[in-house]
Amino acid sequence: MREKNEAGEPRDNGRDQLLVIPGEDLGDSQGLEPGHGVMEVNGRIKALKQGMMRKNGSYISVEPIHTRYFPRPSDLVIGYIEGCTNNIWFVDIGAPFNAILPMSLGPGKAEFGGTRSIMDVGDAILCRVQEVEETHSSVVTMKGMGLRKIRSGTIEELDPHLLGRLIGKGGDSLRRLKEATQCRIVVADNGRMWVDGDLSGILKVRDKVQSLSNNPAVQKGGRN
Amino acid sequence: MGGYGDVQMIDDKGLRMDGRGPGDLREITIETGVVPVADGSCRMTWGTNEAIVAVYGPMEAHPRKIQRQDRAVLDVHYNMAPFSTTDRMRPGFNRRSREISKVTKDALESVVLLELYPRSKIRISIEIISAEAGTRCVGLTAASVALADAGIPMTDMVVSVASGKINDVVVCDLNKEEDNYGEADLPMGILPNSGDLVFLQMDGDLSQEEFKQAWNYNMEASNAVHKQMIEALKGDANQ
Repeated sequence: MREKNEAGEPRDNGRDQLLVIPGEDLGDSQGLEPGHGVMEVNGRIKALKQGMMRKNGSYISVEPIHTRYFPRPSDLVIGYIEGCTNNIWFVDIGAPFNAILPMSLGPGKAEFGGTRSIMDVGDAILCRVQEVEETHSSVVTMKGMGLRKIRSGTIEELDPHLLGRLIGKGGDSLRRLKEATQCRIVVADNGRMWVDGDLSGILKVRDKVQSLSNNPAVQKGGRN
Repeated sequence: MGGYGDVQMIDDKGLRMDGRGPGDLREITIETGVVPVADGSCRMTWGTNEAIVAVYGPMEAHPRKIQRQDRAVLDVHYNMAPFSTTDRMRPGFNRRSREISKVTKDALESVVLLELYPRSKIRISIEIISAEAGTRCVGLTAASVALADAGIPMTDMVVSVASGKINDVVVCDLNKEEDNYGEADLPMGILPNSGDLVFLQMDGDLSQEEFKQAWNYNMEASNAVHKQMIEALKGDANQ
């Protein structure tokens, strides 16, 4: 069980308090507003996910170590075509559900039944989330500036919650990365990023992504 | 339960065949992130038991008929490798693996916040690499760690421990001989923070006092196992 101090409260000092696991007691809920990754049970705050506990004023939350992307309207995403019907593509955007891309929102017009002549299974696309329903179904669109089928470069993946660290304040980190590697980089909200340029530059970007993923401050696992 | 009650499995000093006292657990190690392609994974050794659990999802549930409009579904597969026992196991599912998959799913459903992911599926694959009594407990405990590693929101972890009876003595964490020739077995799934019970099975007969003793052993052991789960999940970030 969790170690407690003399007052019967969980310890609130030391680094071990920062990393929490599901079910862990984070203290009295009095005066605290539960945020992401926590819930209030019988006047106590309880962690729901493995991650770093963050306390900002009265707001308490857990920044998870692993996350899955959840689509929101207007998100820029990189997806893979997973299947198609006569007038619809099904797109894997890294969310719990595939998104739908209707022919009317696609990159071009084709005869009814000709979806595969425009984009086939396995193709990567840059698209934008147009609509998310209550049941988490989402519709993506390729109508918009810069939205297209991806024909060159590579696609790297990062947990969505680490994107902020990659981009930096005001986009500083990402700008520096682009300058250092001379690569074209598009970071999508679903944790995927398109990288195009010289091989050496692409490898540098890949190293950066891996170093972020393996950073002990944000990613921890281990053995006992 | 083999029912061979005359096999001597505990000596005059109260020590068992492997030198443990009645309330002692076998050695446990837990490691996370062992399957790189999975969203969460865990390798757990418990004595000579070894299990690898991989968690994938939440993902779109296929076939569509298994989708639930108000919550996610857990797709649990428990499987013993053909080489996991001294007698070769026939590969594939059998009555026992289906039963263990079902009880594991039921136990985990009580802690995972499934309502956050309607119409989706979370796939949990439990592979037993080496089996020596208590594999359902190892599988359930390791699955709980793997779910936490995958970032799936849960109200608590599930710790599963079994106690039983050998030569009329209640002991904790039966090994293979004790399981085969003992008189009873009581595996339990416990939520360590609240003390709630999410899984209980009993094989053989226990009196009321023996049941209470086995219950207490399981509750105590669950705290010890939970500590190791915390250490494994927190890794060396706290060092």
